Amino acid sequence: MSAQVITVTSGKGGVGKTTVTANVGMALAMAGKKVVCMDADIGLRNLDVVLGLENRIVYDIVHVVEGRCRTRQALIRDKRVPDLYLLPAAQSRDKSAVKPEDMVRICEELRPEFDYILIDSAAGIEEGFRTALAPADLILLVTNPEVAAVRDADRVIGLVEAMGKPTPKLIVNRLKPDMVRRGDMLDTSDVLEILAIELLGVIPEDEQVIVATNRGVPVVLEERSPAGQAFRAIARRLMGEPVPLFPSEDGQGVLGWLRRLVRSGGGR
Amino acid sequence: MSWLDRLRGRPSPRETAKQRLQVILVHDRSDLSPGLLEVIKDEIIAVLSRHVPIIAEEVRVTVTQDARECRLVADIPLGNRHSRS
Repeated sequence: MSAQVITVTSGKGGVGKTTVTANVGMALAMAGKKVVCMDADIGLRNLDVVLGLENRIVYDIVHVVEGRCRTRQALIRDKRVPDLYLLPAAQSRDKSAVKPEDMVRICEELRPEFDYILIDSAAGIEEGFRTALAPADLILLVTNPEVAAVRDADRVIGLVEAMGKPTPKLIVNRLKPDMVRRGDMLDTSDVLEILAIELLGVIPEDEQVIVATNRGVPVVLEERSPAGQAFRAIARRLMGEPVPLFPSEDGQGVLGWLRRLVRSGGGR
Repeated sequence: MSWLDRLRGRPSPRETAKQRLQVILVHDRSDLSPGLLEVIKDEIIAVLSRHVPIIAEEVRVTVTQDARECRLVADIPLGNRHSRS
């Protein structure tokens, strides 16, 4: 076994990197894979909170780097699924506490024991970004369908290519199909045409994500949540399954037909 | 967007966002601001008109993009030596 290292990045902050990391990690673990989610946002850790593991942190990644504990000791096991672990960031340190070579070394140590290592990168394009990218085999670029986020995503693509890393795969987060239909929001096809990279998944806007984050339960554990379904689809694509990118939005059967009927009746 | 805007033939916010992004990214990717393009255009006109007659007011210098490749394109109409000057 040798884990694939996947770094989740965005350029602009607040587009959903941490939510993507937590949920894709959880979805992979639900599918029976051995997964580590690593928080590389030193000084501003959040992945622990989104996963609901904040009360169980003893050691963090800076302790590992400084040799104050072994890597295994810093891993927190998520009890909801068989094999999901969190390596938390330090909260009271700054970005310079972990160097790109530290990140590469920790990943090399973990690779033989896991299937996937997901790294939640810091926002921006400075030191923290480069550190999170150093060990990456695959880069997931998260953006929202709006001008500022797409512009920053484009900048990240350029920087990633300049670093000699593989071209990122795109995740469009918080898409509102109703707004797209009304001509009020960029559609996935617009974003793809502009960024010209491969699409890995589209996550619809879903209030359940906020509810889930409040509870510390990743939304992917909610069977019926549209965002949760989108995260599970992304995980399956990462595992090499051919999952269609654009399933029928309203679903199949009588319920889907009713939803379409209601939608065509109002709002236009 | 409202039906009134649609009736007036205004571009939708979606179209506006896309067009704005395309312009922003052409300049971001090439590191050429619209102001710098104007300077380049004036200098091209100055150099070329020393050698051939050109129609200065119709010269266009733009950055275009094809996928992720940027290209500086100068469209320079030549003046006809005999009929125009």
